[in-house]
Amino acid sequence: MNGAVPGHALTLERLTKRYGGFTAVVDASLTVEQGQFLTLLGPSGSGKTTILMMIAGFVAPSEGRILLDGRDITVLPPEKREFGMVFQGYALFPHMTVAENIAFPLRVRGLARADRDARVRATLDLVQLTQFAERRPTQLSGGQQQRVALARALVFDPALLLLDEPLSALDKKLRAELQEELKTLHRRIGRTFVNVTHDQEEAMSLSDRVAILNHGKLVQMGGPVELYERPRTRFVADFLGKSNMISARVAEARQGGAVLTAGGTRLVQAMDGARAGEAVLLSLRPERITVLTAGETAENVVDGRIASAAFLGAGHSVTVETADLGRLRVTIPTWQASVAPEEGVPLRLGWSADAAAPVADDEDA
Amino acid sequence: MRERVRSPEGGGGEATEHRRRESAAPSSKAARASGNAGWWMLILPAFLLMTGFYIAPILQVLAISVTEPTVGLDNYERLLTNAGVQRAIVTTLRIGIITTAIALFLGYALSYVIALASPRAQRWWLLGVLVPLWISVLVRAFAWVTLLRRQGLVNEGLRSLGAIDAPLELVWNEFGIVVGMVHYMVPYAVLPMLASMREIDPRLLAAARGLGASRFTAFSRIFLPLSTPGLIAAGVLVFIFSLGFYITPAILGGGKTLMAAEWIKIQILDIVRWGMGTMLATVLVVAILVTLAIFSRVVNLKRVFGAGA
Repeated sequence: MNGAVPGHALTLERLTKRYGGFTAVVDASLTVEQGQFLTLLGPSGSGKTTILMMIAGFVAPSEGRILLDGRDITVLPPEKREFGMVFQGYALFPHMTVAENIAFPLRVRGLARADRDARVRATLDLVQLTQFAERRPTQLSGGQQQRVALARALVFDPALLLLDEPLSALDKKLRAELQEELKTLHRRIGRTFVNVTHDQEEAMSLSDRVAILNHGKLVQMGGPVELYERPRTRFVADFLGKSNMISARVAEARQGGAVLTAGGTRLVQAMDGARAGEAVLLSLRPERITVLTAGETAENVVDGRIASAAFLGAGHSVTVETADLGRLRVTIPTWQASVAPEEGVPLRLGWSADAAAPVADDEDA
Repeated sequence: MRERVRSPEGGGGEATEHRRRESAAPSSKAARASGNAGWWMLILPAFLLMTGFYIAPILQVLAISVTEPTVGLDNYERLLTNAGVQRAIVTTLRIGIITTAIALFLGYALSYVIALASPRAQRWWLLGVLVPLWISVLVRAFAWVTLLRRQGLVNEGLRSLGAIDAPLELVWNEFGIVVGMVHYMVPYAVLPMLASMREIDPRLLAAARGLGASRFTAFSRIFLPLSTPGLIAAGVLVFIFSLGFYITPAILGGGKTLMAAEWIKIQILDIVRWGMGTMLATVLVVAILVTLAIFSRVVNLKRVFGAGA
């Protein structure tokens, strides 16, 4: 339980799963490095759970291989993989106490009683549940149940910890708390974690790496900041937070950038390999847009009028109607807004050349 | 007369009555709590029907057993002295226990397969389990006779395969009775067990295997303990029903093996000793009530019979 057992690296090679005529996962390849926290993120039906079930060994891939530290484990049954797993809804054994639940993986491995008890106690300690050892799972709160499930999955020093929507059953506040705990736990034990979720905030706050899936395909994988700032496709930009989509055309390609036109508005955008006349789709985050005061200027400037505004505490979420770019969503930090934004007020918006990211238009739904 | 002995072979009536009583109990309690006389009027017809056709005859049976031929407990004394009645009781218990054991084993395996099947497959399996319930017990008993008799399909088949030289004695003995009774009881074993297995989250089995348990360990440590309430319920249900079997033992036993119900019929119709017949009938009813009373302390009866959790 102290990082003496290093994490293990997991590689998926061209993993595909078909159910009859339906393809749940197509050609997914990725690598999780030792000790990394990877999250598979996607909407429901994106194939993320199928991938996790294939890693766990409950679902046999139609094609492709699964490697643990380079060793092929594709056909190994789940009980031989030595992976800990936290199931959606936790799947705690209702006829056993908390301590018995946690002892279960040790019991099936035939550990001596004294050894077993010591490890169960240490793990109970790790998740701060010592005083609940003799309770039944049904007598615990959702958060406590989640910690029991974690303890049960970690007690036998698994090569990998798999988490299937571990926080989805909890309310928002508790979720934030447990996110923090999970992160601390991951750092403390240095094990490799693979998490599945449809919650983008959870994915970004927990993970070292996030793999975004849509319709069974791995769309983009990277660190949370990279994915948020440099989405490669419209789907990623939309799925990770909010984004304004701007359709434009390249008027003039320059070194490391381009001049674009959208209707009558000229925009400058940092990008590689632009060709004149080509259509470009830009993803512009609402918080990258600033409201320009008189005399201020920016590389890109657009005039508009407030169509609607909402106060969110930390900031105002404002929708601005523009002539050429349609409606732009803008986030104004509260401390910067001198007066509360109101409908009909004219605004001048500005952003830098590297604020937006060109994305591929993969929106098919 | 037969209805006085608790026998499932009278058709579906017994089972429905059972269920009706289970579900009527909580609602009548609620009515008393609210003191609403209107609700009482609603269940009055059912109450009168039950009293007139069910409870009154049972009380009459009880009365005859202590009044014929003389007032007193003479008939019950025979339980200790009469070898004939003792043999009937022992035979009934033995066949009941064997039938219960086999029906539970087969029923458990069947329920396990059904519980883990896809919803579509489950419907077909259930149909297969329930269809025998709609076929008359007489037809089924005679069907077993044609299959199991000396020139029956089983013996002829085995002989043509060269497996046996002389036909096996498969019917008109306890073996035949047990075959017929198990066949009758398996659906009754399946239903309560299936109900309790369906409440088991299938993810628990996956979780057990993910944590390192083999298929067998996952079954024995997780599934079996969680389905035990259903197993106990089915055991009690099947055992109680087995005590009252009449037609199946009469046909497949060939008159050589006497179980309680047939013994009672002989006492009443053939020897015309009403006192003895009703005495054993009363003993059976009391035995069943005692079993249920013990059982209800162990398992929640309402859940067993599916009357809302």
